[in-house]
Amino acid sequence: MAIERGKVRWQCRRSLLELDLVLARFLEKHFDRLNDEQVADFEDLLRCDDYDLWAMVNGGRDCEVDRWQEMVTRLRQC
Amino acid sequence: MNVAKRTFDAVIVGAGGAGLRAALQLSEAGLKTAVLSKVFPTRSHTVAAQGGVAASLGNSTEDHWHWHMYDTVKGSDWLGDQDAIEFMVRKANEVVIELEHYGMPFDRTDSGKIYQRPFGGHSMNYGKSPVMRSCAAADRTGHAMLHALYQRNVRAHTQFFVEWMALDLIRDADGNVLGVTALELETGEVSIFHARATIFATGGSGRIFYSSTNAFTNTGDGLGMAARAGIPLEDMEFWQFHPTGVAGAGVLITEGVRGEGGILRNASGERFMERYAPNLKDLASRDVVSRSMVTEINEGHGCGPDKDHVMLDITHLSPEVIMKRLPGIRDISIRFAGVDPIKAPIPVVPTCHYQMGGIPTNYKGQVVTPKDGNPNAPAPGFYAAGECACASVHGANRLGTNSLLDLLVFGKSAGESVVADFKSGNLSLKPLPADAAERSLARLARLESQKDGNAVADVRLSMQRTMQKHAGVFRFKDLLKEGVTQILEVAESARSTYVRDKSRVWNTARQEALELDNMIEVAKATMVSAQARKESRGAHVRDDAPDTPEHPNGRDDQNWLKHTLWFSADNHLEYKPVHLKPMSADVEPIALAKRTY
Repeated sequence: MAIERGKVRWQCRRSLLELDLVLARFLEKHFDRLNDEQVADFEDLLRCDDYDLWAMVNGGRDCEVDRWQEMVTRLRQC
Repeated sequence: MNVAKRTFDAVIVGAGGAGLRAALQLSEAGLKTAVLSKVFPTRSHTVAAQGGVAASLGNSTEDHWHWHMYDTVKGSDWLGDQDAIEFMVRKANEVVIELEHYGMPFDRTDSGKIYQRPFGGHSMNYGKSPVMRSCAAADRTGHAMLHALYQRNVRAHTQFFVEWMALDLIRDADGNVLGVTALELETGEVSIFHARATIFATGGSGRIFYSSTNAFTNTGDGLGMAARAGIPLEDMEFWQFHPTGVAGAGVLITEGVRGEGGILRNASGERFMERYAPNLKDLASRDVVSRSMVTEINEGHGCGPDKDHVMLDITHLSPEVIMKRLPGIRDISIRFAGVDPIKAPIPVVPTCHYQMGGIPTNYKGQVVTPKDGNPNAPAPGFYAAGECACASVHGANRLGTNSLLDLLVFGKSAGESVVADFKSGNLSLKPLPADAAERSLARLARLESQKDGNAVADVRLSMQRTMQKHAGVFRFKDLLKEGVTQILEVAESARSTYVRDKSRVWNTARQEALELDNMIEVAKATMVSAQARKESRGAHVRDDAPDTPEHPNGRDDQNWLKHTLWFSADNHLEYKPVHLKPMSADVEPIALAKRTY
């Protein structure tokens, strides 16, 4: 089944302003150029709890899941 | 468009702390309950609350609920309703202990009790000395609370409609509330949720300001829906600001940075706080610092191309101190301001944090509106709780840690009221009017057929800049007057927003247009209410209502000790009395006094 990109976009609405801002930059900069597999990895990463996700993005915590690595690296630069 | 109809005993809009607490009450009582949420419940903004929840448990120091009542009334600058405040502080222990039983991981004392810590504005013996009243789960209190409540709701079989956005409140000709219309984001379908009781728990609306600590989801949807349906909004001129948010982003820079020696500077590099607060300087209280910053900006001493912020300078601290004591702040500054604070100062601006006003309710969580001479007549079938509601316990300024308490107490109270009204037969399923979905369908049809028009992002930015400049932390007569004209112009331009994407499913652009409709209502309410209130009180501080012997702090009890009610239809204001009497006859009221700390 094709990935619903609009759905993934909506998953970027979070409880923390910090994450909203970083994810908004990611959407602007990278999202339209991701292939389906990358979008699926990104969607999987977005299932994380907000504080866990922020800890990974802000560099305080290592990313321990291989399939998230590429997206976490990009988010850290946003 | 076909409109499906779903029928419930109760529908709750919003799945943050207040919505989940209300839902639990209903589901455990066996009512068929639907909870609608734009986002997954654990992504609600309650998660961002770090501080704690106030309760006079007296575990760490002696405490009493009447002391907590005093602190809350004083914090509110006497605009809070003392019956609702008594109700809240007396219920605090019960709701906190319930939460403990739901598995909330509170910090503990050595003997295993809930540990309590001191917090600004909390006192024992009516302001005599600090008290330890805040119950916390590390710095993740809201997060832990929301997860505990969500799990409990899953256990109670609450039915969630996740990624559904409520569009409009449904009322009949007699003013009864019959439910809401809602859009399922996944299908683009509109449904009617027909219910005996409707509870709004949609949170705050802080995104109406340019600089806001609020997450993107805080668009005031409940307030917008209520206002469009003829329900007034109460005390919308009162917003809490934090002095140091990163300019352009809103992310908070904690007070601790100034505690470590951070200095505020204007465009010429001057340490301007020396002029405004010669003793405490940069460590003066939040409101003094915020007002000084705005005065500097308004007088043309702001920094940057638009001269719209000041600088927080820690470059004189050693890199070791910054790396060791303020590592998170350095990360935030680099990420959101693009500057390394070791080398350059951080651009900051007073930033909107919390909305004191909202949908008018009583302490039972019933929405109340003026009717036949009664300023507080319950709107049948309609309830509200949490930041979207105005009970009013925060009055003109909220006491720290009372927001999490508010959503627990009034979420539960609204739930209890629905259960009681249901059991007593007061809540019947009234027939839907033929045009129940008309307003929502018209809004969607307008967006679908709109050929050019104004970009949503442009209108939103105009609104945010207008609010920030004209109704910010420090207010000026002329700016407020101009602000009313400007925000009405912005509101007019919001009537012809245009979205290029016309797809039905997961259309985030359309979502944002619908959210903007709600924010516009809140923005108008705020500007019009603020322009009209000719005194300073709590968070509403006017340049033309200064501190004088006759009016300490600029407060004018003779003329302005009253709640504002704003009506959307014709933008008019009414006022209603503040409840200065507590709920119980044997409880001493907190007498009017000057608010000093």
